[in-house]
Amino acid sequence: MSRPEDTLPPDLFYNDTESRKYTTSSRIRSIQSSMTHRALELLALTSPSMILDVGCGSGLSGEILSQTPGDGTPGGPHVWIGFDISASMLGVALEKDVEGDLLLADAGQGVPFRPGTFDAAVSISAVQWLCQAESSEEWDTPAARLSRFFNGLYASLRRGGRAVCQFYPKNDTQKKMVSQAAIKAGFGAGLLEDDEGTKNAKTYLVLTVGGGELDGDITGVVRGMDGVDVEDVRRRARGVKRGEEKKGSRGWILQKKEQMERQGKVVKATSKYTGRKRRIQF
Amino acid sequence: MKLLTLNFLTCAIKTCKTNPASFPLHPRNAELEIQEADINLPFLKNILPRLMWEEIRTIARELGLPDLPSTPPTPTDLSISTSSTAPSNPDTSLDTDEPSEAPAGEETPSQTALDLHRLLLETCIQEGILVCGSCGHEYAVKEGVANFLLPGHLV
Repeated sequence: MSRPEDTLPPDLFYNDTESRKYTTSSRIRSIQSSMTHRALELLALTSPSMILDVGCGSGLSGEILSQTPGDGTPGGPHVWIGFDISASMLGVALEKDVEGDLLLADAGQGVPFRPGTFDAAVSISAVQWLCQAESSEEWDTPAARLSRFFNGLYASLRRGGRAVCQFYPKNDTQKKMVSQAAIKAGFGAGLLEDDEGTKNAKTYLVLTVGGGELDGDITGVVRGMDGVDVEDVRRRARGVKRGEEKKGSRGWILQKKEQMERQGKVVKATSKYTGRKRRIQF
Repeated sequence: MKLLTLNFLTCAIKTCKTNPASFPLHPRNAELEIQEADINLPFLKNILPRLMWEEIRTIARELGLPDLPSTPPTPTDLSISTSSTAPSNPDTSLDTDEPSEAPAGEETPSQTALDLHRLLLETCIQEGILVCGSCGHEYAVKEGVANFLLPGHLV
């Protein structure tokens, strides 16, 4: 998988040629369109709403937002405001004459809207760009960018609003970093993964703002959807303190061995048999 | 950039966020343009409670548009249940006293709704600058796209 975010910052990577390539490629268009439809399905909007498109690029996702229900946009046509850091991408969007309003802004610098502006927000293939540090300054770390973005997004959504951010996490650490930042900002967050484990895996971060008519978090969002398995990591270890292993488990044994090793005692090497149950004797 | 967007934009600088003067941004040297769009009555009804009417009036005055009524319209003002509006061709001028073609639907948008639609969704700022009332930072608008990128020391 190619990772353009590893090579250059977004405003430099998406220059005129790259923007045009991105927008005219039929493959990218079809992927973006299917992801936008999926995001809209998760947003479950029923009436024309005010939507924020973060990292709107050339307006591939915005075009879908302005379509009518007859063209496959539930609750449409929506009014949207999009922002992107790449001027070239916005230039392509202007040429295409998209209906939404465009802003040149960096999501990592915050979201410049007053509280309660939007009914919903979408972001297609953008959030992974925030996970890069361009300089060594304190305000420019991935954590600071993500925190500014999610704090701003949380404030600009109305109570009971939803946001769906599709992004390409590089690894589990990045996935965790992004969702932790969203939770820290106050969102109810959950990850939805389509085609998990395959090359076509798509990760959607489903964010909910409490209050209003919304029921709960992502588990409420996907209720009634076909083919979705819910795996709730929050309730797995109730009653067990964080970082504490069950006595006798493999994790506990490994912890004890490490502890003994630190005390300078001789400890047997750890193998696949460590902490394994003995076969029941005849 | 639509005037509707301007009613939601604040200054992007963090220290300004807490200052009430950071909203609304004041347009200067603005070139306006009318971009025709289909009227979307459910959207107008949806967005109406979120509009800050006083600020819309201020901005309209600063842009030299005709004076707006001092009270915001109510959702019931926006539609007339009888579909008796005679269709006529939509005009591009800013004068707001000619009826537009009514879309096929259960509710017909009233004159108030048409005016509101013309003001918020069809009037666009093409060129100019937006000035923050608190810190005086200027955001340039070019070809209808406002530049909200901040230099590093202001983030």
